[in-house]
Amino acid sequence: MRPSGSGGVPASAALPLLDKGPPCRRRGALHLPARRSERDPCHDADRLLVFDLLERWLKNGILEVQEYVRLQVATIRGATSPPFYYRDIIQQLDAIGVGSLTVVLLTGFFTGAVLALQSGITLDQFGARPFVGRLVSASMLKELGPVLTGLMLAGRIGSGIAAEIGSMVVTDQINALRALGTDPVRKLVVPRVVAGFVMAPILTIIADTVGIIGGWMIAVFQLRVASSIYWNSVIDGLYPNDAWMGILKPFCLGYVIVTIGCHVGLRTHGGTQGVGRATTQAVVAASVAVIAVDFFVTRLLITLLY
Amino acid sequence: MDASIELKHVSLAFDDKVVLKDVSFELLPGHTKVILGGSGSGKSTILKLILGLLKPDGGTIFVNGKRVDAMSEEDIMEVRADIGMVFQEGALFDSLSVEENVGYKLYEESRMPEEEANRRVQEVLGFVGLEEYMDRMPSELSGGQRRRVAIARAMAAKPGILLYDEATTGLDPITAMTVDEEMIKLRDLEGVTSIIVTHQLRDAFFVATHEAVRQNSHVEFTQADAQKADEAEFIMLKDGVVCFEGNATELRAASDPYIRQFLS
Repeated sequence: MRPSGSGGVPASAALPLLDKGPPCRRRGALHLPARRSERDPCHDADRLLVFDLLERWLKNGILEVQEYVRLQVATIRGATSPPFYYRDIIQQLDAIGVGSLTVVLLTGFFTGAVLALQSGITLDQFGARPFVGRLVSASMLKELGPVLTGLMLAGRIGSGIAAEIGSMVVTDQINALRALGTDPVRKLVVPRVVAGFVMAPILTIIADTVGIIGGWMIAVFQLRVASSIYWNSVIDGLYPNDAWMGILKPFCLGYVIVTIGCHVGLRTHGGTQGVGRATTQAVVAASVAVIAVDFFVTRLLITLLY
Repeated sequence: MDASIELKHVSLAFDDKVVLKDVSFELLPGHTKVILGGSGSGKSTILKLILGLLKPDGGTIFVNGKRVDAMSEEDIMEVRADIGMVFQEGALFDSLSVEENVGYKLYEESRMPEEEANRRVQEVLGFVGLEEYMDRMPSELSGGQRRRVAIARAMAAKPGILLYDEATTGLDPITAMTVDEEMIKLRDLEGVTSIIVTHQLRDAFFVATHEAVRQNSHVEFTQADAQKADEAEFIMLKDGVVCFEGNATELRAASDPYIRQFLS
């Protein structure tokens, strides 16, 4: 006999979607159809249910993409035509840029430090310990600086934006803005996108710098590499094309993180529970987007720069 | 006289759920329309349609002679300039002070000089009796104060039309009475056209049957004469359909079982 569900709750109550069809699985478990040619109505119902779920999932996915693209168009229009809300832009530059400084400084420093620590052991096997600076600078500049800063911003900024805008949606503040003659995209989205776009590269440069300093501290005090050797190695490892890659990527990452946060926030529904859900979705989507966008932009820049 | 607001055969559905079905009415300038009905009957939706926050599936909506149901979001801003709305629970901006909330439209969306805007903010906060709360944040206000600030925000830019969405729901009777009086004052002293969405019958009848009269420096509320009372019309919605339209006396005398149940 099949269990009826956890805690005494019937399976049909826990999974209301399955109520639509007959109890196929139970019948299937008791006796299999004798011949393939015999049509089993339960099997058809299961297939319909799967198609129904698939169709709903696809429709929701397409709708999300459509709304995200529409937000991009509205944002670009809002960023290139008046009215501009300068005060909000400055507030967001402060909130996103200055507000994220601590987390970016700590992340950058410890990443550079651990990179030197780990690579020191490996480089020792080849007697190449003096090259630790080159490895730290190249890794931080090209990949770890932009991606880790992006991930930190996705956690801090993506969630914050989704929660703030989501709360405004569920408490009718967005409708109140519209009723007072303000376009919410111009007032809320554009300042955040501008701030994310401008601040992500600046924060990445800061993360790169403190990362290299963190690596220097480990190199000097732990690995006993001379300071001048480390810095010479750092400079040897810096190529203009790497610098371009390290600078261009954060522009894309900053833009993507903020637009995802705004999009998820504006699509919030379902009260305070919906705000919580939106916050989680924003962090997950923005984090995955950071890694994915990093890959595609890297691929593009390798084609263009190298 | 041309109607301030006119709805013709408006219908709206969300997926399979019919919210409004063939709703029609008109509202003359300076008059009041009270929309009654149970929760989920489509009352608040009507206000959102008038403001252009939602688009109907069918029918037409005119505000000050302009058709809003077919307007783009950019064009509708001009129509919204003459409408103020008091949202359920106030919908005040959490990050702004009372002063910034009330003066939002003047500071952000108009070319009014700052000094003049400050004066207007003080004036409207004085009108709702909350002058001394100017520097407070919305989270520091009581429910009644939040509604009054919301009324002040809606009236700050001197709109010709004010829409009240459950402005007194959840308030104690004394605070609700204060909000009712603000609505009457705006209608009778400022000539504002009002739509009041509520399921609080006591407040609805009070606003419909009283008028505000300025006497020297203070305002008095008296029983409205028959002509004035006729300017306040009631609409009763049941499952998105208008099941009654008439004045307060006709509503009290209605024999429809649903209305009788609602009034009892």
